[in-house]
Amino acid sequence: MAERRPPISGLFDQPIQVINVGVPSFSDDLKRQGVPVRHVDWRPPAGGNKRIQALLRRIKNGEKTS
Amino acid sequence: MPLLSQLKKDTYFDSVTLMLATNELKKIRGVHQAVIGMGTDYNLESLKRLGLLSPELADATPSDLILAVDAATEEAAVMTLREAERLLSVKKGAASGTADYAPATQAGAAKALPGANIVLISVPGDYAASEARRALDSGRHVMLFSDNVSIDDELELKTRAVEKNLLMMGPDCGTAILNGVPLAFANAVRKGDIGVVAASGTGLQEVTSLIHRMGCGVSQAIGVGGRDLSEKIGGIMTLQAVRALEDDRQTKVIVLLSKPPAEKTFHALLGVLKDVKKPVVIYFIGADPVPIERLGFAAAQNLEDAARTACRLSTGRQPSPLLSDEEIAEKASKVRLTAPSLRALYSGGTLCDEAQRILLPRLKTIHSNTPVAGCEKLPNVYQSRGHTILDLGDDEFTRGRAHPMIDPSFRQEKILSEYADPETGMLVVDVVLGYGSHPDMAGAVVRSIEEARERSPRPVVLAATLCGTEDDPQDYEKQRRTLEDAGVFVFPSNVSMVKFIVSVMSHG
Amino acid sequence: MPMDVEQANKKALQSIQSAQPVLVGIDTAKNVVPGMTDNLLLHAGPPIGWDTMSGPLRGAVLGALLYQGLARDEKQARELAVSGEIQYSPWHEHSGVGPMAGVSSARMPVWIIENKTKGNRTYCTLNEGLGKVLRYGAYSTEVIDRLKWMEETLAPVLSEALKLRGEINLKAMIAQALQMGDEVHNRNRAGTSLLFRELAPCVIETHFPDKDKRKVLEFIHSNDHFFLNLSMPAAKAILQSAEWTEGSSLVTTMARNGTEFGIRVAGLKDRWFTGPAQYIKGLFFPGYSEKDANPDIGDSAITETCGLGGFSMASAPAIVKFVGGTVQDALNFTQKMYEITETESDSFQIPSLDFRGSPTGINIIKVCELGILPQINTGIAHREAGIGQIGAGLVNPPMKCFEDALEAFAEKYF
Repeated sequence: MAERRPPISGLFDQPIQVINVGVPSFSDDLKRQGVPVRHVDWRPPAGGNKRIQALLRRIKNGEKTS
Repeated sequence: MPLLSQLKKDTYFDSVTLMLATNELKKIRGVHQAVIGMGTDYNLESLKRLGLLSPELADATPSDLILAVDAATEEAAVMTLREAERLLSVKKGAASGTADYAPATQAGAAKALPGANIVLISVPGDYAASEARRALDSGRHVMLFSDNVSIDDELELKTRAVEKNLLMMGPDCGTAILNGVPLAFANAVRKGDIGVVAASGTGLQEVTSLIHRMGCGVSQAIGVGGRDLSEKIGGIMTLQAVRALEDDRQTKVIVLLSKPPAEKTFHALLGVLKDVKKPVVIYFIGADPVPIERLGFAAAQNLEDAARTACRLSTGRQPSPLLSDEEIAEKASKVRLTAPSLRALYSGGTLCDEAQRILLPRLKTIHSNTPVAGCEKLPNVYQSRGHTILDLGDDEFTRGRAHPMIDPSFRQEKILSEYADPETGMLVVDVVLGYGSHPDMAGAVVRSIEEARERSPRPVVLAATLCGTEDDPQDYEKQRRTLEDAGVFVFPSNVSMVKFIVSVMSHG
Repeated sequence: MPMDVEQANKKALQSIQSAQPVLVGIDTAKNVVPGMTDNLLLHAGPPIGWDTMSGPLRGAVLGALLYQGLARDEKQARELAVSGEIQYSPWHEHSGVGPMAGVSSARMPVWIIENKTKGNRTYCTLNEGLGKVLRYGAYSTEVIDRLKWMEETLAPVLSEALKLRGEINLKAMIAQALQMGDEVHNRNRAGTSLLFRELAPCVIETHFPDKDKRKVLEFIHSNDHFFLNLSMPAAKAILQSAEWTEGSSLVTTMARNGTEFGIRVAGLKDRWFTGPAQYIKGLFFPGYSEKDANPDIGDSAITETCGLGGFSMASAPAIVKFVGGTVQDALNFTQKMYEITETESDSFQIPSLDFRGSPTGINIIKVCELGILPQINTGIAHREAGIGQIGAGLVNPPMKCFEDALEAFAEKYF
């Protein structure tokens, strides 16, 4: 029998605080409304370099790939 | 033909910023072609195609910024590059100028804002799933604005979210209002007791705005992404959201908006909804309302009806109509069609669909780039014919362009070309206000209408549906006046505008 | 069993955080520096030969040969330098560090730093001062004479003073200096002042003539960067204690020889990963500009490797004046460095960030993933030997070093 947890972890009772990853205007709009928000200055991993992305995956997945 | 180019190593801007900047540059006199973009293979290919790939730019990597200009004179080219610098430095300043350090990772952001409970993700599709995963793993809810996320990833993310008792809204979720906070493209809507779950962005914007205009309010507006009710996803997030609203003390009425779900999902969904103690209003766009009503739910006929029914269930009274049928007919009687065809330029896909559906029986033949059942697909989406109702936000039109709700330039081009077509007797648009949308879409639309009139002075019936509330950042009344002063009939809902179209077309 | 990089890094960090670098004495390089010989010249940065050395490094080599007595004059020194009889080796491979050109020969006096926790020792010459000095490639008589004075007077006086004083806790001194506006790479005024305070009474107590004692104290007083030659080997001692932790992806060395930038990684024993040394972006002293600048040079980036220097820029906002920035920029640079490091220092705290510990443990994985390079503050040397410092500013290593290291790391462990 699953325990009774508040649906979606009680989000509706919490103050909304946002981490914005991507388009800056979304966080500008939230700031304007006084909503606590942190904008993430996101870049593509490894600057988009596929070779480095592959090396990173290899290390993170913890297996020899070839 | 003076060609100038510049490469800025290790300088990143998001695609929306770059596209908007490119637009500005193209307006400079003497500029034939201007490109500002990241050094991705795609952009380098485009530059090659346009003959703008100088040797300096050939080695650009995806983390480098490339600028290329083709102008009539050397002067114009130099000025254009300088203007590009200015535009981008303003943008950089705006993002970092508040003296707040913008961290490079979610983990960094969480350190600065430990109480963060939602992560809003709008990075390119290739990377969006891993960002969403990161957010869920750190115990935070996700609003996944990005599209081009695979359905397998969507399933994995939503399953993970349910296990962790979290919301995973999206992918392709453009609108949400949580605890009264508008997120991404959303309107400032009064708080109340109607909870909305939607698989559609503009549908959610229209319904929540109408609920507000009818005097009621919204407890929560949750987007679940366009594919949630597909067979593969099985409505996981819709169910999660509905259960949450059922449990929520503030919510008295639940509204569900979506394209018709897959068969199996439909039954699973109805199975759960049957046990929900609160009244549920269902609008499955284009679905037959009868079987839904037979099961005891209120089935809406259209978006305005969904809002109206929800308000009725919330207050116990029928809300007063926004615009009566008589008032609509009265407006229609003031005009005459001088050419046979309707051209509709929508920025919201659901509004486009709704218009097609309601108008098909009346207009008999309708063309679109996103035709609903019974309508025709345009052989060339850039070439309208007969009655044409377009979704300018569809992928076909947004490749290399920002979405029409942010960037009016493509719609402005279309207004000019449709107006110039002697077939066009009636031209209509949607103007969607709210956070995220353009600050003065009415002004942009009116400017191109005025230019169109100058080029082809003939009477075309003009109408707009203005979606939003008086609390939206754009000043609803001002937007309405701007349109009306230019001779555009303004309507508070898509449905009322469509009724106007029917009326004009019938006595036209 | 795949390597648990996180665990390995934790282990490396443990060594780093618990290190206790202490100044224990002064001695001649020949006596204490591992592998030192009469015909060996140590230098800053990764391995390099005469052919590819930049102006300042070549000048310093000539000066060292003259000072060491291996050559009579410049002509002979030049012949000797390319003859093959002189060996060149990175200071880092001999448990030490050298600022700027960093060239050291057998008879030079060196500070001796010991990490009390693990017992490892590191070495560095004493700072000559500003202007025309060996480390910028000057080799005039004035330079050689000063080096001789340092060998014959400065070092013996300080050596005796230290014996009288006992050990000096450098970790504590660096921590204090950080809270006084230093970052102990480009700004060392507070550290030098604190050191002076510690040493002065003991200098006075030594048996040397008053005029020598006076000269020694004035020498330290007149050189704001005197402390740099202690903060560097202290940082080296801290990082060396994590060498060579199996499976760790943390950077233990960042160093430049004026031509190349080199890094070393805790889990990749003895291997250098190099790329071209970059040109520094900053402000130039009157009369100088970019065209006069030498590429990045010196072992002083060991401070950044340890979470000091550019990583602690938030502690030394005055630094950003050199790059036309604002105080907020200084804070932002430090905050950026937290993204590529594993933890915050237990000892080195930054007042303007609410006493947050400085960013510690550069992880090559994070550098590659985020595309954020370590931020270094440094002086700009004139490309010609012997002219000296011509400015200061900001510079980064080339990404190539980290990408090559990442590849080697993936090859070795995955």
